[in-house]
Formats: sequence, C-alpha cells, structure tokens
Amino acid sequence: MTELIAARKRAAEGQRLSLADALLLYKDNDLLSLAAWARAAKERKSGKEVYYNVNRHINLTNICISGCPLCAFQCEEGDARGYVLEHEDIGRILDEARTVPNLGEIHIVSALHPTKDFSYYVQVVQQVKAALPEVDIKAFTPVEIVHFAKMTGKTIAEVLTLLKAAGLSSLPGGGAEILSDRVRQIICPKKATSAQWIETMKTAHRLGIRTNATMMYGHVETIEERLQHLITLRTIQDETGGFQAFVSFPFHPAHTGLEQLKRVGSWEDMKMMALSRLLLDNIDHIKAFWIMLTLPIAQLALGFGADDLDGTIGEEKIIHAAGAKTHTGITSSKLRAIIEETGYVPVERDTFYHARQEASL
Amino acid sequence: MRLEMQRAVEMLAESSPIALGQAADLERRKRYDDTVTFIVDRNINYTNVCVNECRFCAFFRRPDHKDAYVLSHEAILEKVRETVEAGGTQVMIQGGCHPELGLDYYEKMLRLIKSRYDITIHSFTATEILHFARQAGLTVKETLKRLQAAGLDSLPGGGAEILVDRVRHQVSEKKITTAEWLDVMKCAHSIGMESTATMVIGLGETLAERVEHMEKIRRLQDETGGFRAFITWTFQPGNTQLGGEKTSSWNYMKTLAMTRLYMDNVAHIQGSWVTQGERIGQLTMGFGADDLGSIMLEENVVRAAGTAYDMSIQKMADLIRGAGRRPAQRDTKYNIIKRMDGEKI
Repeated sequence: MTELIAARKRAAEGQRLSLADALLLYKDNDLLSLAAWARAAKERKSGKEVYYNVNRHINLTNICISGCPLCAFQCEEGDARGYVLEHEDIGRILDEARTVPNLGEIHIVSALHPTKDFSYYVQVVQQVKAALPEVDIKAFTPVEIVHFAKMTGKTIAEVLTLLKAAGLSSLPGGGAEILSDRVRQIICPKKATSAQWIETMKTAHRLGIRTNATMMYGHVETIEERLQHLITLRTIQDETGGFQAFVSFPFHPAHTGLEQLKRVGSWEDMKMMALSRLLLDNIDHIKAFWIMLTLPIAQLALGFGADDLDGTIGEEKIIHAAGAKTHTGITSSKLRAIIEETGYVPVERDTFYHARQEASL
Repeated sequence: MRLEMQRAVEMLAESSPIALGQAADLERRKRYDDTVTFIVDRNINYTNVCVNECRFCAFFRRPDHKDAYVLSHEAILEKVRETVEAGGTQVMIQGGCHPELGLDYYEKMLRLIKSRYDITIHSFTATEILHFARQAGLTVKETLKRLQAAGLDSLPGGGAEILVDRVRHQVSEKKITTAEWLDVMKCAHSIGMESTATMVIGLGETLAERVEHMEKIRRLQDETGGFRAFITWTFQPGNTQLGGEKTSSWNYMKTLAMTRLYMDNVAHIQGSWVTQGERIGQLTMGFGADDLGSIMLEENVVRAAGTAYDMSIQKMADLIRGAGRRPAQRDTKYNIIKRMDGEKI
C-alpha cells in the first residue's frame, strides 16, 4: 500500500516511474487519476498544443513472407488478394496526392515482399521525392529495413543511408508490437526480433533519422511485458533521443490468425494512453491514432495525455483489413474542430512537429 | 455541499471532463464501490403513430403512412413471453401518442400481461400519460391510478428532453411542456409509482439550460424522492428533421459527470451505451455512472433463444469487468438479483 501511495505521488509529481510503479498503477486502475496526471505531463511537454498533419498513406504491397498470425493484411505470393504497386500505380497516387492542399507527409509501410528488389524501394522514395519535393517521406518500419538488409546482404546502416540519400525523412515506428521474444514467437515468429528492431532504431537515430516508436497491445502479452516494453523504449530514448512520438495500437483480432482473442475495451485503451504518457517521460509526443480508436475515443484521449491526432489520411488498408470500421479519411477542419472543443490549440505540423503555414485553411 | 446552478454552469464551461470525471468518480465510489449494474429487459413499441411529430424523432409516422402500425394485444403478449423466457425481468412498453387508442387498450394490455407473467412493467413516458389523460378526459393522477391498478409498476423518464420550454418549443412544439412533464412525475411519485428521469443533450440547448434541467429534477426529487436514476442521452441526428451534428464524446462525458455531481439526491446515474456505443459506454464507468442500463433484448436476439441471450449478458459483463468493476444484474428497483463474480482481473 505504501508503495502504491509512493507510485501515485511520483506520477502526480511527474517523477520517473519504475516498472514496479507502473505495475502498481496499472493494478490500482484509478483511470481518472491516471488521466489527470497524464494530462499534466502532456501540458509540461507541449502546453496547450495538439498536433495533426495532412498526410497520405501508401501501402506498396500486401504480399509477405513473414505470415504473422497477428496480421489481417498480408497474404502469400500467388494469392488472388495479393497486389504490388508498380511505379506507374504510384505515379497515379502521387498525381492525386499533388491535389491535396497543404500535404505534409507521405507515409509508406508495406509487407515483406519475397522478390521485390531493394532498388524498387529506393526508386519509390526517389519517385515520391521527385513528385512532391516539399513533402516529408516517413517510410519503412524497422521490420522492413531488416528485410532489406537480409535481401541485399547490406548492413542496416548501409540500407538506411541509401534510403536517406534517396529522400527518406523519417521512419515510422511500426513492427515493435511487444519487444519480448516470447511474445514475438507467438504473434510474429518470422519477422525482426526485438534486438533487430532496437538495433535498427538506434542506427537510424545515430544517422540522424528521427523515428516514432510503437506498441501493439491486447493480444498474448502479459501486463508486465507490456509495461516493460515501454521501459525498453524509454531506455533507448535515454541513449539516442531519436524518438519523436509514441503510438500505441490496440490489437484488432478480426481476420487475423489470433481471431479467438477479443479486442480490448476502450477502458484499457485510455489506461494505456495515460500510462504511456506517464512512463515515457523522455518522448515528446503521444499520438492518439484516431483511425484505430475512432474519433470520439481519440478526442477523449486528449484528456488522457495524447497531444497528436495523427493525420487526415487518404486511404488506409492495413488496419481496415483487420476490421476497423472508421472512415478512411477526414478533413483538416474536422480535426481542428475536434481539438478546439477540448480547449487545446490545433497545430498543423510537419513530420518533425514544426508548425506549418496554414495557408489552405 | 450542494452545487449551485451558477457554479455548475461555470464548471461545465471551464472544466475538462477529466477534472469533472475525477470528482464524479469519487462520488460514485463512495456510494457503490466497484459494483456496476445492468438490467435484462425488452423494449416493446406498441405503435409508431404519433400526433406530436417532433423534429428530433426518426420513429414516428402519420396514421395514413404505409409503415404506420399498432401492435395487437396478442403480439405484445408474445413479446412479453419471449422476454420472460429469455430471463428478462422488465418490459418497457412505449409508443407514439396515437390519436385513437383509448385508455382501455392500455389497461387491458397491462392486465393481460400481469395475469400471465411475473414481470415488472416499467412503461409509458410522461408524454404518453398526459396524452392518455387528455384522450380519456381524466386528470393525470386519475389516469395513473387506473394504470397502476391495471398493473403499471413504474414510469421510464423519457420525453423530458431538455426541461426548458425555449428549447422544447424549437424541437417538439406539440409535445408535453416542462411543467406538464414535472407534474406527471410528481403525480406518479405521490401514488407510490417511482420513475427515472432523462435528459437529451445536443438539441440546441445552452450549458445553463442543461443545468436548469438538472436543477428542476433535483428540486422535485427533494420533494418526492421518487426518481431512481438519471440518464443522459445524446440527440441522434440521423433520419430526423432537426438534423445537425452529433454531440461529441468530450461534451457528453463532461455532462454525464456533472449529472452525478449536481443531482446528489438521485441514487443512480446511468451510462448510455445505447446512444454512445459500447466504447464510450464502457468509459462512462469512470465518469460517474454506476449502471449501464439495459442489454435490450432485440427481436431477433430473443428469437434466437438461449445462446444469443447469453452472449448479450456475457458481453455486458465483459464490458464491466474490462473497467475493473464488478458486474451485477439488477431489477427495476435497482436491487441486485445476480452477481457475476469469480471474474479474472
């Protein structure tokens, strides 16, 4: 009991929390106190500002060699659902993207295609850069980077350097799931290990490539593994400082190999939102990814420590393949209205959280 | 110490749902600790024909409309039978204000149900009661006594919308006024017929008007003590003449928390998963709600018998456990009739 009181005090005062503290706070389940402390932590980091960007997602292919049980998006080569976007397809998407007012970021994540050569990916980055020179390219999770390294025999640093030279701005933080090899053996046995994910992130940060960090929770992990994941990210951040934002994804089981599981509730989502803000004291931004959470829950998340609603998003395939029922896009004015209602100030940002000119508003 | 109206309006305007929710959650915890209740019941809508034609309503039809209907007593009894067989303890019979059905239609309906089934009849909103009284040329109290004698146990709190005539005039000009709604409730409480109270937000009311609504309920409750619970709904703009935007989750949660804080003399605050969906519905348990209302057996769910019914109860229990609370099935009077313990954390 005295330990819990001490943990609550540390959370309220904004002191660093240990794994033991986090476990006690989790079990205590005082959701609204967690929210109040997380909200204060958010305001220490980003004041009254809440960020969003104007972005478009491109998923290059869904054909994947890793066959992760957690995924509803991927399929094997030869499957009728399989697709690969060739350069002319991408050209058409970019033509459309050029018409989006104030587009700030192209987000590219895809499957681990068995045969597509690394040069294809480098060319995609070059193609996007050529078509949209002012737009930031946030592309390839560490899982994809590790795949490229394996395919080419290059080191992770070499792969990242080539992509950066082609125009890559930053890495999304996907594929972290839960950084526990016990868990990964069950949900994604063939993809990058915890150590590989961490090594890729540290290498990127060393090369001056900023990244996000993620967590996918609510599947087979224990609460301790989940909270330890956050501590692991914090430890990396202490060393590199390269994480810009943290994003957590509740696991959507529909159409995955883990369909027997139930999607955790919104209570759990908000609890993790607040605990993430409290534990990750060295990461500036916590994102409420509305497309996962739905807009009403994402708006409430701004009371639970989130300071970023992600973006307008044109078309999103991976999460919707797993049954997310949210709309696939939203206007800036709607996002701004949602933020303003909470008393916070909407800021349209670039990939690096700089405010952008809001000429189009 | 009781919240004053002025202070409550300021808090609604200036505080976040988190701050209000923390205070409301403390209040809830003092009263109910970790228990969150729900009821197994069924809605039976005996007619969709209505003379009121409210602009926020998507349900009503004019008498000559091709979709207009009135359920026969046989059809209603069949639905009650299914409810009892599915383990339901309450029926909520509500309908439009039909221009031709007489009081005997309702009395006979109640007597038939009570003669065959052991079930609580929590039915007819104040709007309907006033309509019945006018049709029959009786006072509200006489009407309520007749219905009570026929088997009516309690009144649901619907039709209150916002208890401020400025707002009512804009959204439902032909419907019961504020004073009339309060009078029906007062009469019901005076003959030992308890009720719930509701509020619908998002009808164009100001924050001060929301608080005024709460104040009217609190004041009558001081006098009668007959309100068992308070329920806040959000206006659902789809398919209505009023249209407009849905009230946001931020706004709803703030208001929900305020209802717990303001109405210190109303025992239960119900979170509305029906209007909010189960995700927001689950979160209401952190913002002052100690009850999640009904699992609302649907026609097809009831017909699909045992399994589907268990699923609904299971789903409700999971929703409550997912918030770290203890689910319990209650009856209409909020007595706990079944605990579902042994849950894992």
